[in-house]
Amino acid sequence: MLEVRNLGKRFGGLAAVSDVSTKIETGKVNAIIGPNGAGKTTFFNLLSGVQKPTSGQILLQGRDITGLRADQIAVLGVSRTFQTTVLFNQASVLDNLIVGHRLRTKSGLLDVLIGSSRLKREEQICRDKAHAALEFVGLEKIATRLAADISQEERKRVAFALALATDPQLVLLDEPAGGVNPEETEGLAELIRKMVANGITVCLIEHKMNMIMSLADRIMVLNYGEKIAEGTPAEIRANPAVIDAYLGSEHAGV
Amino acid sequence: MMRLNAKLGWIMLLVLGLVFPFLAGNDYHLTVMSTAYIYVLATLGLNLVTGYTGQYNLAHAGFMAVGAYTVGILTVDYQVPFWIAFVLAGPVAALLGFFIGIVSLRLKGHYFSIFTLCVGYILFLVIEKWESLTHGTVGIIGIPAPSPIGPLTFDSPRALYYLVFFFLVVGLWVMHRIVSSLLGRTFMAIRNGDDLAESLGINLMRNKLLAFMLSVFYAGLAGGLYAGFVRFLGPGIAGVEHTFDMTMYMLVGGIGTLLGPVLGGLTVPWITQTLQWLQEYRFLVFGPILVLLVIFVPHGIVGSFIAWRARKAAQPHGSGHA
Repeated sequence: MLEVRNLGKRFGGLAAVSDVSTKIETGKVNAIIGPNGAGKTTFFNLLSGVQKPTSGQILLQGRDITGLRADQIAVLGVSRTFQTTVLFNQASVLDNLIVGHRLRTKSGLLDVLIGSSRLKREEQICRDKAHAALEFVGLEKIATRLAADISQEERKRVAFALALATDPQLVLLDEPAGGVNPEETEGLAELIRKMVANGITVCLIEHKMNMIMSLADRIMVLNYGEKIAEGTPAEIRANPAVIDAYLGSEHAGV
Repeated sequence: MMRLNAKLGWIMLLVLGLVFPFLAGNDYHLTVMSTAYIYVLATLGLNLVTGYTGQYNLAHAGFMAVGAYTVGILTVDYQVPFWIAFVLAGPVAALLGFFIGIVSLRLKGHYFSIFTLCVGYILFLVIEKWESLTHGTVGIIGIPAPSPIGPLTFDSPRALYYLVFFFLVVGLWVMHRIVSSLLGRTFMAIRNGDDLAESLGINLMRNKLLAFMLSVFYAGLAGGLYAGFVRFLGPGIAGVEHTFDMTMYMLVGGIGTLLGPVLGGLTVPWITQTLQWLQEYRFLVFGPILVLLVIFVPHGIVGSFIAWRARKAAQPHGSGHA
């Protein structure tokens, strides 16, 4: 799906990400873990085009997307969520989601002024997409609720739905289970499995080790911006460098 | 049901606007109201870029002045017929908006506002100092009244009132089209957050620039009307205090709502008129009211009403819908 070659990002003298090479495999749950400040979110920002890498290459299905803007990368099928999702609180959940499919529509100012049939059709498509995405994440029943009134876990699901409404092939999830309780975490893990089962490749950053170890097919470990390990959950758990840098002894071994 | 109510409300406003000349006691009231409409039209534009797209443009009055001076200079110095000059007012402002937009919109948040504050002041200075073009501080005197269109003549305050009212209604209708469409949703996504909007595949620069140009088009159009209505122009109309006035209309009425600028733009001038007897002390009354409003009613009259109604609509009407 996505291949990263010698990716680096420097902020002045600080290397937030340095020389990372990895592959995000199609149809799998790819996880990125590491201590705070390891460069995980910066790595996501580079993949999604929010920040430009200072070195290296990013290939999406063989196509070089290094240096493209975030909106261009989104159009190519890479969608992402943020640690905190800013919704428009005065509008309903559904209203917040309709714009999610905007990138697949073409209506411009002229369509708006003349009220073209294309605009009407595309608005209906966006509305249907929003409903479908809400249904996928299991929130169809709160479609008309105000975004201000929904719970943290529902907010996380709405963030997923927004990402899904863009028709992505790859979804980057930044701490999808941050700030939600253990049962809700399990529900979100279930949802991520459902996404993968529907042909969407997932790459996520997460600190909740139990969730990662049971969910991920492959894990990459970052520390001080460098990749220190990569492999299956079992391999990562047994890796002395990872235990030393991040996991600590309680997660060591099987 | 709710949609019907909204429609009914708009129709009532339309009827009120149409019969106002017959209710108004004298021409002075008509003049105050027409001037208010012109500023409401400009405020609609400011509300598009600030209220809906989240970019607070402090040069808005400058663009209104550009539209006004386009009409003033062309009609007085080049004897261009009024309506041809008038048609150019919006596009000239939008064209200038394009060039200022591609530079200023690279900045985010307060930096954009500070930049446009400077742009507004530069526009004011250009108008004041470039005497060969703008007549400087003397101003442009003797702008012709809008010439008759067929049987319609615009030589009475009442006819001018209807002319301004017509453009306000068209402006509102077009704005309604824009903000309730996918395009409007795109602008609102940008207001909610650049990063999320961009990750949803929205081209920030293109959409911000479009909102900005549309916004200053409204300002230019309002300026063109102002030129034909007041028939005298001085550099003062580019002053930033007019942008602040429009901001006040927007905040009082409801920022990011369609009706907000209308309500604010009509009530605030009437309140300041009635406080006229306090003379310059009236801002001692008005200032604190505004501060309290911003603290306790941040979404304005219309915004608060919409929020209240939306919350009511979102409440489950019994367990079946919950």
